[in-house]
Amino acid sequence: MPKRNDIKSVMIIGAGPIIIGQACEFDYSGAQACKALKEEGYRVILVNSNPATIMTDPLLADATYIEPIHWESVAKIIEKERPDVLLPTMGGQTGLNTALSLAKEGVLKKYNVELIGASREAIDKAEDRQLFDETMKKINLETPQSGIAHSMEDALKVQKEIGFPCIIRPSFTLGGSGGGVAYNIEEFKTICEKGLDLSPTNELLIDESLLGWKEYEMEVVRDKNDNCIIICSIENFDPMGVHTGDSITIAPAQTLTDKEFQIMRNASFKILREIGVETGGSNVQFAINPADGRMVVIEMNPRVSRSSALASKATGFPIAKVAALLSIGYTLDELKNDITSGLTPASFEPSIDYIVTKIPKFAFEKFPQAEPRLSTQMKSVGEVMSIGSNFQESLQKAICSMEDDKCGLEKIIDDEEEIHEKLGFELTFPGPERLFYIADAFRCGWSLEKIFNLTSIDPWFLRQIEDLIKEENIIKGSKLEKLSKRDFFRLKAKGFSDQRIANLLNEDYEKIRSARKSHNIVPSYKRVDTCAAEFKTSTCYMYSTYEGNCESNPTKKKKILVLGSGPNRIGQGIEFDYCCVHASLAMQEEGFESIMVNCNPETVSTDYDVSNRLYFEPITSEKILDIIDLEKPDGVIIQFGGQTPLKLSNDLENYGVNILGTEPDAIDRSEDRKRFQEIINKLNLLQPKNATVSSLHEALEKSDEIGFPIVVRPSYVLGGRAMELVNNKDELGIYISDAVQASNERPILLDHYLNNAIEVDVDVVSDGKEIMIGGILQHIEQAGIHSGDSACSLPPYSLNKEVIEELEIQSKKLAKELNVIGLMNVQFAIKNNEVYILEVNPRASRTVPFISKCIGNSLVKVAAKTMVGKSLSELKFSNALPQNKFFVKEAVLPFDKFPNVDPILGPEMKSTGEVMGIGRNFGEAYGKAQKAANKILRRKGKIFISVKEGDKKYLDKIVKSVISFGFEIIATKGTAEYIKNLGFEVEEINKVAEGRPHIVDALLNDQVCLVINTTQGRQSIKDSASIRQTALRKKILCTTTMFGADALVKALENREEDWEFSSLQEIN
Amino acid sequence: MPFPCILTLEDGSTFIGEGIGAEKVAIGEIVFNTSMTGYQEIITDPSYCKQIITFTHPHIGNTGINSEDNESDQIYAEGIVIRNYISEPSNFRSEENLHEFLKRHNSIGICGIDTRRLTIILREKGALKACISPLSENNEEASISLARKFDGLEGMDLAKEVSTKDTYSWNEGVWPEHKSSNSDLHVIAYDYGIKKNILRLLTEHVGKVTVVNAKCDIDEVLGMKPDGIFLSNGPGDPEPCEYAIKNIKMALNKKIPIFGICLGHQLLALAGGAKTEKMKFGHHGANHPVQSLTTKEVLITSQNHGFAVNKDSLPNNIEISHISLFDKSIQGISFKDKPAFSFQGHPEASPGPQDIVGLFKQFKEMINKNAKKK
Repeated sequence: MPKRNDIKSVMIIGAGPIIIGQACEFDYSGAQACKALKEEGYRVILVNSNPATIMTDPLLADATYIEPIHWESVAKIIEKERPDVLLPTMGGQTGLNTALSLAKEGVLKKYNVELIGASREAIDKAEDRQLFDETMKKINLETPQSGIAHSMEDALKVQKEIGFPCIIRPSFTLGGSGGGVAYNIEEFKTICEKGLDLSPTNELLIDESLLGWKEYEMEVVRDKNDNCIIICSIENFDPMGVHTGDSITIAPAQTLTDKEFQIMRNASFKILREIGVETGGSNVQFAINPADGRMVVIEMNPRVSRSSALASKATGFPIAKVAALLSIGYTLDELKNDITSGLTPASFEPSIDYIVTKIPKFAFEKFPQAEPRLSTQMKSVGEVMSIGSNFQESLQKAICSMEDDKCGLEKIIDDEEEIHEKLGFELTFPGPERLFYIADAFRCGWSLEKIFNLTSIDPWFLRQIEDLIKEENIIKGSKLEKLSKRDFFRLKAKGFSDQRIANLLNEDYEKIRSARKSHNIVPSYKRVDTCAAEFKTSTCYMYSTYEGNCESNPTKKKKILVLGSGPNRIGQGIEFDYCCVHASLAMQEEGFESIMVNCNPETVSTDYDVSNRLYFEPITSEKILDIIDLEKPDGVIIQFGGQTPLKLSNDLENYGVNILGTEPDAIDRSEDRKRFQEIINKLNLLQPKNATVSSLHEALEKSDEIGFPIVVRPSYVLGGRAMELVNNKDELGIYISDAVQASNERPILLDHYLNNAIEVDVDVVSDGKEIMIGGILQHIEQAGIHSGDSACSLPPYSLNKEVIEELEIQSKKLAKELNVIGLMNVQFAIKNNEVYILEVNPRASRTVPFISKCIGNSLVKVAAKTMVGKSLSELKFSNALPQNKFFVKEAVLPFDKFPNVDPILGPEMKSTGEVMGIGRNFGEAYGKAQKAANKILRRKGKIFISVKEGDKKYLDKIVKSVISFGFEIIATKGTAEYIKNLGFEVEEINKVAEGRPHIVDALLNDQVCLVINTTQGRQSIKDSASIRQTALRKKILCTTTMFGADALVKALENREEDWEFSSLQEIN
Repeated sequence: MPFPCILTLEDGSTFIGEGIGAEKVAIGEIVFNTSMTGYQEIITDPSYCKQIITFTHPHIGNTGINSEDNESDQIYAEGIVIRNYISEPSNFRSEENLHEFLKRHNSIGICGIDTRRLTIILREKGALKACISPLSENNEEASISLARKFDGLEGMDLAKEVSTKDTYSWNEGVWPEHKSSNSDLHVIAYDYGIKKNILRLLTEHVGKVTVVNAKCDIDEVLGMKPDGIFLSNGPGDPEPCEYAIKNIKMALNKKIPIFGICLGHQLLALAGGAKTEKMKFGHHGANHPVQSLTTKEVLITSQNHGFAVNKDSLPNNIEISHISLFDKSIQGISFKDKPAFSFQGHPEASPGPQDIVGLFKQFKEMINKNAKKK
């Protein structure tokens, strides 16, 4: 049956900001869905709060609402747009939950909106643990045995049924804290006692432990005629106990016989049917006891998911696109498989003839207080995928893709003395680098059995790692001259990178590369075709390997290579994928063939139909130069992928590659302190006092000149890693001796910190002659808070005209001096109307997608086109903002995933994502942005205030306003006295150290609706951490800056009921 | 221990790799199979007699070999071609590795081969004659000429070669319970190269089974008073199997319910007056979409055939029940005037999806309906 004609418009809910567990894979799925449904002629109405996404590009939908994804906001949009149907399965858990709320609140019924893809009942059955268990029982499938307890008595009863070991999880604790595994009754009682206490509902979930069981996933698609297909099976390298999002995973499954595989396949279909997922993609997770094959169902997601993105990239089957088309009435046999040029229908099961490995990327270094251990709660912030002809090649390529400074299974234990103890611990309690500890264990001569006993990782995987270590030992004992062509071939076929071989031989990387090439050992490229070569494909989706013939067939067209941004991480996320996609599209618009290289399966850039050709490869010098050897592109774009491609600029230049746009030297001039200072002096600009030091002694000496407070950080880092604000010599000393070892190779940068200065981001585009401002973003939080973590407003909401003009003049001067062609970002600090330059980056910044959405014009496309010779005037670029609109960007932070971390903003970037609020005034926009970031501003109750001395001067204005809105104030002693003296009523409350009841008690008792808490100095920050942590746990909005508090007051001036909702298409 | 080994094709293509299993020369028609699981079932499937199988899945040997998953008592594949061989399996049911199994059954495998390159050759040129040989026995040239000397499968009646010598009864259901049947129905299965899972499913869904030789005279079969006759899968070209076609014609005339699979399907079509033809590279895999023309359902099926029923040759009394969505070729037929139907793919799966296992129930229903008529 063809598509439905009874509907005209479809609403799609996106997933909102990037958070841990819900990343840019939903941009990929949402973008596919929007494109597919629009092509079918439906009016597509999109709601997504995340401006850094491709899906919110105005061209992808008919009405794009960058608005908070809360049912109240979406209800207003429904009222306005009156969609016929709502597709809730493309926006992750956020999409599903919002749709459920809309259903429960009666909105869908009121406006006669039909849910398609998944019904309310189906969502409930899949999401509600108890309903799910019952449903599985009904179809004779096992789930892990479990029970709920509200007392120790209950708990013991449940335990008796389940046996040992069992897993205890207190309900509703932050980050699942307070749970554990009990192996005996004593442990059980201890954990339960603690858990009952910690859980706000005094509730424990007690589950049968499946620790050590093997874990599998099946990606299933179903149409309305009940045709079901498996797109991909995925096997987890890490057994049960580690969240599948944090596990290394392999596709297709490797250790199942056909009999076992078919049981799983049949079960998957049964589950979809019984849950009632009518159409679309779902994911079912299974655990299998490796001893006897007993299979239990872990969970199912009635929507496209992270693993369906992975499965799509792993097989070439576009699950989200197909799911979208199925939801509006098509059946699988009516849809074509694009990758075989429509030779085959979409109703088949992909067969793949390669191995896919996914490795998650973590950010524990950002959260030193968090225990770097993996558990059933996801903590990774990104992932890489790689494709190889065998598991070893696939695994080693994935390691190289990680950008963790590892080019293979490198040794990570230095300390030989405690090595066995350390290995024992690391193998038993998985951390982010367990893979490398396994390799080290083999190096130490540990047996496979011993490693298996500690890790429960299938021997199938362990054996291959063991073989790689054996191979490494052979190389180590050899010499470059002794490596024959056969040796090279064998090593490359097993995935050893040139750099790894170089390290093992203690040789130069260049030497290995040229020796390899002199043997004519070069990669061949094979195609991802969904069908294991059974049918011909014209789709250029490729991966490198080292066997047989090359299927790449490069064209003779004019072509441009765009280097992607690799795995998502804090500091480099979806914004850069947005940039790369736009760069690729711009090149096609200019008549070039565009070639994309990237290794992140969650992205739109790795969709095979975005660029003319796609290489799914690690972004390393070796792999990129190999591709350049083959494709011989006319130019390479490295400006848009964040730090990832920039790191290769030297290698590319030395290789004689034509790097488009700003010359790489400009990056060095702006990043090298000394050279940058020369520019500042030459242009007669201002910079906070600073110095570069390579020892503690030098640091202390220079600190006098610079003056405290001082921002300290190691040189050459992105996202402000290991950056800190120090207030005196003691703190500086601690930083240098504890946090970062300074040396000549790794100097430390000191900058005078401008207290309470306003920070501004300016993005500039230049064609080499004409320079234009893209946008000027005023930060809400003061300078010193990492620019990626602070909210900002376009246009600036409190800067005067003169300052803005000065910012423009200085930005243009800098762009001219650096000969920018393309994009440049400048960060300024403004204090007492003086403009200081903090940083210049002659490349795309993370604010570029945001600005593009505001001005209704892709800054990236314009920039990319200038890089191939177009002028700004030819491109008719306009930076005009819509009249009477404010756009606020707010950062989204992952603190709820790291319970022991102090949720305070600082110079080190910690946010994972961003949202946008659009309003008629700054307050409305800021309020919407807060709501979109899930910072719920309650309108009634007490506001707790405790601020540092220097901030008290701001209290008058703030307190006056909030009291006029009807709030009451409570404050700690010093702050309370100050407020009293201002003539306002205030209730005094103890600090935590001052005895009970104290502020944390008040927070726990729900007496506070907003926390305004600013602190200074290591000790007082430490003392007040429990306030912020408790606020976070209780979901009480907490601001740690006065500027933030001021903005909240402005937000409160606007009532939520009065918010106006306009689509981007209406605005621009 | 692996030994140096060579794979040659009649077009002169040569692949050097390492041999596993028995050090022998294998000559046959080379095909590719895109199944990602079930190599044990595939190599023990009699339909692969005289064929060399290229596995497109990159690792073969992962789950070893167990005594439960064989589709016959020997390895029928002439030889196998593998990219990466896994010598140390990991599965709780594994009893030995693939190399030992091949060796025990005097079969050879070659590994370390760019199976994708090979598959593309076969996709473009069609199934080819090929030879796998230990390098110690034949060099490249000799091996190519051995490949070229192979007669090819067209016109080759292999069913009689792989068929059971003796009549035997079967009463064991499907894995893992292997329940025997309580049904009173009795099916005679013509063994043209039958797979065990077919027997298990006939037991499970229809009744007790008696397996007879491919050439067993129809009168003898009728003497056993069958409620239905099953025509099995098998290797080779259906056309030369005149004895079978003759027997089937007679059974059709007697209006005995008939169900055929794969070669059995082709033989039924021939008996009904249709023609068969050799396909370019055939269907070998576990991901083939087949559509039921009556219900429009799409079923993912296991496939393994190099010959197919010609569409234009179908007489009026036979209708097409299923088609392949890959190439629209005939996948199932049923007689309008007789209780007989057949399927080209493998409803018994093993390996592969079990989406179309319902055909066994359909056979039982047909038998029951037929009994009522009487």
